[in-house]
Amino acid sequence: MFSFELLLDAIVLGLLVGCFYAAVSIGLSVSFGLLDVPHVAHPAFLVLAAYGTYVLNQLGIDPIIAGLMLTPVFFVFGILAYRLYYETFERRGSDAGVRGIAFFFGVAFVIEVVIILIFGVDQRTVQALYIGKSIDIGDMRIPMRLLVAFVVALTLTGLLTLYLARTFTGRAIRAVAQDEMALRLMGANPVAIKQWAFGIATAVLGLAGALLIIVSPVDPTLDRTYIGRTFCVVVMAGLGSMTGTLVAAIILGVAESIVLTLYGASWAPAISFAMLLAVLAVRPQGLFGR
Amino acid sequence: MSEALLEVDGVTKRFGGFTALDSVSVSIRSGERFGLVGPNGSGKTTLINCISGVLSLDAGRISFLGQDISTLPTYVRTRRGIARSFQIPRPFKSMTVVENLMVALDFAVVGHGLAEGERHQEVMSLLDRMGLAAKAFRPSSELSQVELRKMELARAMAARPKLLISDEAMAGLSSSEIDEVLDLLVKLNGDGITIIMIEHIMHAVMRFSERVMCLDAGRIIAYGTPAEVMAEKRVQEAYLGAQA
Amino acid sequence: MAGAQRGSTFWIVAALFVAAAAAATFLIKNEYPFFAGYVILQFIILATAWNILGGYAGYVNFGTSAFFGLGVYTAVFLFKATGAPLLVQIIAATGVGALLGFLVGLLTLRMRGIFFSIATIAVTIIIETFIINWKFVGGASGIQMIRPAAMPPFDSYIKMLFVNSAVMVVIAVALARFIQGSWIGRGLQALRDDEMAAECTGVPTLKLKLTACVISGALMSAVGAPNAMYLSYADPASAFNLNYSVSALAMALIGGTAHWIGPILGALLLSVTQQLLTVTISSEVNVLVLGLMLVLFVVGAPEGILGLYRRARTRIGGKSQP
Repeated sequence: MFSFELLLDAIVLGLLVGCFYAAVSIGLSVSFGLLDVPHVAHPAFLVLAAYGTYVLNQLGIDPIIAGLMLTPVFFVFGILAYRLYYETFERRGSDAGVRGIAFFFGVAFVIEVVIILIFGVDQRTVQALYIGKSIDIGDMRIPMRLLVAFVVALTLTGLLTLYLARTFTGRAIRAVAQDEMALRLMGANPVAIKQWAFGIATAVLGLAGALLIIVSPVDPTLDRTYIGRTFCVVVMAGLGSMTGTLVAAIILGVAESIVLTLYGASWAPAISFAMLLAVLAVRPQGLFGR
Repeated sequence: MSEALLEVDGVTKRFGGFTALDSVSVSIRSGERFGLVGPNGSGKTTLINCISGVLSLDAGRISFLGQDISTLPTYVRTRRGIARSFQIPRPFKSMTVVENLMVALDFAVVGHGLAEGERHQEVMSLLDRMGLAAKAFRPSSELSQVELRKMELARAMAARPKLLISDEAMAGLSSSEIDEVLDLLVKLNGDGITIIMIEHIMHAVMRFSERVMCLDAGRIIAYGTPAEVMAEKRVQEAYLGAQA
Repeated sequence: MAGAQRGSTFWIVAALFVAAAAAATFLIKNEYPFFAGYVILQFIILATAWNILGGYAGYVNFGTSAFFGLGVYTAVFLFKATGAPLLVQIIAATGVGALLGFLVGLLTLRMRGIFFSIATIAVTIIIETFIINWKFVGGASGIQMIRPAAMPPFDSYIKMLFVNSAVMVVIAVALARFIQGSWIGRGLQALRDDEMAAECTGVPTLKLKLTACVISGALMSAVGAPNAMYLSYADPASAFNLNYSVSALAMALIGGTAHWIGPILGALLLSVTQQLLTVTISSEVNVLVLGLMLVLFVVGAPEGILGLYRRARTRIGGKSQP
């Protein structure tokens, strides 16, 4: 039965979740969209951050604070990961494509298995003041945790977009994506810049992981669903477009929400993947592609 | 009178907001030696990419041997007789030098009907002409930059093209090597192969070409005999910058 | 090893292999070795099939599970709907796998490799989601498969499946060997090295990639079909298990992707290791070891076991391979 109210509910929720998807995907917009790293392990890092948040939360720390604490850790982690990737694959040249992709696939897999070994396959959640309560806005009842995630996600996305657009390093990152040779000729070291960028993209994941476990319970296999969501967002946005990431994420969030309301949860995991395939078929350069 | 081998008609290519080629038209005669010059970023390689099919056209048409090839895939154009070398050499790194040329012979020359031994002969004689015979069985990853450029050219020639496009094949060569390659290209032209040469080494282009076209910012700014083009003020400005 | 192997040697070994497999079914009474052997043969086929696209063409398929699971459920559907015999199930699965390979390839092989890889994950999840929602083949809870009587001269269905797999191994390896040595293989090698240069040298890259994708997919689905009967059971979680994707990829990369022997070596090494670890320690540790070995080999020994062997021979023998 079609209900306008139900649809409105779905759209609003989709909007909130969509912004969360943007925060979760924006790191990939940088690492894959700008730096061309085939970072299939991005969602695995995300889930890792979520579990890190869980551990800190067990010690009584608020999940958002935990996320912020994880950010510098993940920044270093990102720098090291890029170093390894660059030294092993980008330097060597031929066959790097296949092995680079296989490398991240293997890393993602190892992370998933390690999480299973340490935490088991059951779902984990976090506790906080804003989890479990809801707010009434107009006719709708909105879970408080979604609002918190929405605000943090929007702030995070906004800050990163501003960083890339306004600061010197940020612009250098966008420059290296477009013309590495020109950057080199200007005296800047493209590898150092890319390394820094990857570090930032991974640092963002630290906080995004906290948002993930705030929004819903996590289990070790969540990275598979999020491969669909994050790559769908990044490809639909157009590689390298930050504003596009927000728009695409909201579209995905709303689409998922509507299908969820109309058809139920058993079809939900496939939506982002189906949309991804549709985008690849119809408009592979995405909405705002470069 | 030689007919037009290649007709480029109003070709436009855009990358986002940037127009790399703006309504470029030129007609290359069969058997001609044609030079393409212009400062960096003027659209020379973009034009070659459009002709060989690596890039699609936003406007205009390209015809080869009287047939519209604008939408044909690259490999079909190669089989019809268009071969090119790359500005930065693109060897098949996992193969030896001989194997690199064999790919051209086996895939670009459809139905050559050559027996095993004859294939080998043809490839080896090409390598000999380029001075690469000694390295024939070495992995192509072992070649120096200069040798790679020569192999690049040899591979293009192994495809038995009707039109050979050489994209800055002489960069980094010594002056005697430049002469060698020039002689080779002239000889090939004598065998009936039409040649488009993109070069920055001016004296080579001027010696070699019957006609020259100069591009700047995607547009043709000069066209004619080498002497005519060199005398054009706009050409000098494009390379040296406008005089204040 | 890089040179052409005499055709007759290969076929003699292949014939002996199948004969040995058949003989074993008569000589060994206990069924367990055939249960274990079936799994090993299955992985040899998966790794070989994966390598046709992944190793020769350089396009990394993350969705081996999609094709495998599709093969399983094609068999399940046919058996439930028409009671079709094993051979028909396998042939149908081959066709379905080929079709899926063609569609996915057509959609994504024009783009960079990473898009193809992501698309294969997408296809896995989408197909799995459909199957989960399809009541006729059991949906999420799975479905029992009652084995019919084994065809004579076999007295046990498992032994029959084992010999069937041995034949399929020969077919898969023969195909890979043929592709490798033919003009298709040379074209694939060229496009793997440099796709743009290959196109400009007359190689029909899209056609060749599609061919490899179709053959690879067809084989993967073909080997999935008997699996339903092997387990007497099928459910989406096992049929589309990520392990198949990781294993096929790992086995080919670890064994060595340049030659058809590589995936066989990788499959033998890893599936034996897997059986040992699962039995002695745990299945999670087994899976961890698989992942770690994949990462280690990709970083440290990019040409796999074959590459290590070749380098060792060069050092010892003092001469390099032509």
